[in-house]
Amino acid sequence: MATTTEATQPAGGEATATTEVAHGEGHGAFPPFDSSTFPSQILWLAIAFGLLYLLMSRIALPRMASVLDARSDRLTSDIDAANRLKGESDAVAAAYEQALAEARNNASGIAQKARDAAKAEADAKRAEAEASGAAKLADAEAAIVAAKAKAMSGVGAIAADTADAIVKSFAVATATKSEIEQAVKAALAK
Amino acid sequence: MAGTADRVDPIHQFHIVDLFQIGQIGGMKFAFTNSALFMLIAVALSFLLLYAGSAPRALVPGRFQSVAEEFYSFVHNLVRQVLGEEGKAFFPFIFCLFAFVLFTNFLGLIPYFFTVTSQLVITGTLALFIILMVLVVGLAKHGLKFFGLFVPHGVPIFLLPFISLIEIISFLARPVSLSLRLFGNMLAGHIVLKVFAGFIVSLAGLGFGGWIGAIGPLFMTVAITALEFLVAALQAFVFAVLACVYLKDALHPHH
Amino acid sequence: MDAEAAKMIGAGIACIGMGGAGIGVGTIFGNFLSGALRNPSAAQGQFTNALIGAALAEGLGIFSLVVALLLLFVV
Repeated sequence: MATTTEATQPAGGEATATTEVAHGEGHGAFPPFDSSTFPSQILWLAIAFGLLYLLMSRIALPRMASVLDARSDRLTSDIDAANRLKGESDAVAAAYEQALAEARNNASGIAQKARDAAKAEADAKRAEAEASGAAKLADAEAAIVAAKAKAMSGVGAIAADTADAIVKSFAVATATKSEIEQAVKAALAK
Repeated sequence: MAGTADRVDPIHQFHIVDLFQIGQIGGMKFAFTNSALFMLIAVALSFLLLYAGSAPRALVPGRFQSVAEEFYSFVHNLVRQVLGEEGKAFFPFIFCLFAFVLFTNFLGLIPYFFTVTSQLVITGTLALFIILMVLVVGLAKHGLKFFGLFVPHGVPIFLLPFISLIEIISFLARPVSLSLRLFGNMLAGHIVLKVFAGFIVSLAGLGFGGWIGAIGPLFMTVAITALEFLVAALQAFVFAVLACVYLKDALHPHH
Repeated sequence: MDAEAAKMIGAGIACIGMGGAGIGVGTIFGNFLSGALRNPSAAQGQFTNALIGAALAEGLGIFSLVVALLLLFVV
């Protein structure tokens, strides 16, 4: 009997012959409502729950709390340290940026100065060149004017000589050299 | 109801078996029963989980430590949410309630294991203890003002007796509903599991056609087992939450 | 009528009450879900309340189950 019931009642494996007897007796006795088991269940519930409460509140929960607290402390301190380091690195980065900006300003100033100096030199050279060119031009022009004047004066003398000679050769009238020169001048002026 | 050879008895699993007798006091017999055995197993397992889980003290928790820490902080957050800062004193109690109910529920889901919470006397004792605790804490903290719980604000004076009566009845119904909910859920779930598992056995006994027919209840049993795991966790959670909510009444009777 | 049969019938009728609990739990989770779909960010904070409501509703259904069990096994 016991073996057959055990085979057909899988969940009753831990149930031994005692259950079978109790089961057979208690026709319709629903185990959760069977008051004969209440005292021992309440007793063991009190023991088990009291034991659990003692173990938990005295040992396990404080331990767990200390682990979690240690972690949160560690986390907050790590976060603080990270924030501090970040502030430091930010300051370093700002200083670097500033130095960079200064260097850039300096560099552009130097470049400007160099550019200005070069420009001024070029300007001076150009002005010098221009000035010397203008002087040469003026000399040349003066030479030309002188040559021209010389030539012109030469032309007047030749014309006067020629006219004198012509007048002499014709010998019709005499004219003084000064009259002739005046006449040539007047003719040339036309 | 007696388990005959050809029938699976779904009630059989709830039988209390005396493993050894302790004694008898005034007609009440005390014994170490299978229910007591599984209570102690649940206590040992839940304590071991927390104790071993906090042993590595690792900054980055491993799997086991994570489980224990989640378990702890889940209940911790629950108590802080419902009870606030002054509920800290009740945290160990709520934690023990949750751990005890959760572990006994889960242990009961293992085949051949006994479900402690399917015993009305267990859940009833726990619920009564909670309500007594609410009464004691409420009276100790607020004195007779605690009974202001039964006198809601802003109710017309001629309605007050009825409202108070209803409030008192609902207060007294709390331990009943609290204990019956857990008990009924675990009992019904295990009966349903057993009935469907019984279908498999009886259908398989019919021969080859029965083997094919037994596939249906087999799937049902698997699905219901999954559902029962959900119910086991949920009921433990609900038990702990409701204990918290009732304790809140003791701390702040004027809502 | 045989008293045993009347008990069985009574237990069956008592279990109808569990259907009401089913309706209640379904209503709670249905409304929770429709609210959660409208405002998903607020859903997380109200899930505990939904569970408590479902547990309270389910508890009433469990009462009828207990009545059925009482009829079957105790009365």
